[in-house]
Amino acid sequence: MMMNKMKQIKHHLTEPLMMSYAAGTLPEAFNLVVATHISMCDDCRAALAEYETVGGEVMLNVEPAGIAEDALAATLAMIDKGKIAKTPSPHRKQDSLFPGPLQDYVSGDVDSLKWRKVGGGVSQLVLETSKDATVRLLRIPAGTAVPDHGHRGTELTLVLQGAFVDKKDRFGTGDIEVANEELQHTPVAEDGEDCICLAATDAPLRFSGLLPRIAQRFIGI
Amino acid sequence: MSGRGRNTFMLMEPNALIKADAPPVLAAYGGRKTVKKRDVEKPKVSTQAATKRMAWVVQVAAVRDNQDRKAFAELFAYFAPRVKSFLMKSGASPDMAEECAQEVMATLWNKAHMFDPTKASVSTWIFTIARNRKIDILRKQRRPEPEDLPWGPEAEPDQVEAMGLQQETEQLGQALATLPEEQRHLIERAYFGELSHSEIAAETGLPLGTIKSRIRLALDRLRHAMK
Repeated sequence: MMMNKMKQIKHHLTEPLMMSYAAGTLPEAFNLVVATHISMCDDCRAALAEYETVGGEVMLNVEPAGIAEDALAATLAMIDKGKIAKTPSPHRKQDSLFPGPLQDYVSGDVDSLKWRKVGGGVSQLVLETSKDATVRLLRIPAGTAVPDHGHRGTELTLVLQGAFVDKKDRFGTGDIEVANEELQHTPVAEDGEDCICLAATDAPLRFSGLLPRIAQRFIGI
Repeated sequence: MSGRGRNTFMLMEPNALIKADAPPVLAAYGGRKTVKKRDVEKPKVSTQAATKRMAWVVQVAAVRDNQDRKAFAELFAYFAPRVKSFLMKSGASPDMAEECAQEVMATLWNKAHMFDPTKASVSTWIFTIARNRKIDILRKQRRPEPEDLPWGPEAEPDQVEAMGLQQETEQLGQALATLPEEQRHLIERAYFGELSHSEIAAETGLPLGTIKSRIRLALDRLRHAMK
């Protein structure tokens, strides 16, 4: 199923997003969208590996820090005691609409989720993440316009099912739109099946004060 | 899985490796007392450095197959101080960075079977473990990760492919090292989490694309290798 989708992906992650993911500096909400897209997109998976390689080289080039004399012994003791748990792989469904990383954040599949109506036939489900950004699932009936949710910071919108179109482009399953404050648009879900998206923003609606440092981080992405 | 059958890991064609600079072979670990000496004075820096990377690959395999403590100690001596330094630059206190670095190396031991030398250099792999630990400890966030590919590492990864990947990583490292110092520092600071990309662009007056085009050629080679 995924293999067929991959071939159609036209809108990918931006380089700053991938570099920030590789560096581990993104808010959790953005990490979730990035990880979900990469689960659907081999191109971005390969690109992420490049940015992680750059990170490895950066790490190699730092001035080595002095380590404790007994560090090796302490580490071997840690290994012997089995202190570093071998975390089991999470149990994930193969036939879900939601790729693995997203499954870890929801309890159930599309029709069993506790959607909340937000007007115009659109429903949403806010997922729990760290507070520096927010992420939600959106369910937009076919042919319906996405409600204005504002682009005060950066917004990532990943299509999981269906498609939406705006003046500029069409975003189908697996595509990701990276929008910043400059983008004014009214996306509309295509006719056919409901459009289901995963959308993250670093300018959370519920917080009146922007977190300036975090917001600034993404301006211009 | 028995270690015996996998001992040939990187050494399907030993001559290819010896020709490339005679890295320590896996047989040197796991009970034998002698370790093959590495050539150190060779004019071809690139080959020599790539060979060092192959040595790390062999050391990880020794940890995986034989729980080899000598190989682990060698990896530890090289990487733990760098992991610690990276974590300190990312905002960890020295004590926390020390503890984290030890945990990262212990994770290497436990996950040695997950390492695939045709997909990553050991340095890249350890970086991702350190990065993950950084998110866990410093940022205290959950850490969504992409789905694993349906296939895991090959039992016997293609040696030529692995060597190629190590060389390409080395080329990338060298490309990074030869960037003008200011630009290199900016990229480093982005990875330490000190700087956003827009700040990088603002500080140099260079668009990120310009900075990154300098390392793009090396990246392209890597991209090819990843597929």
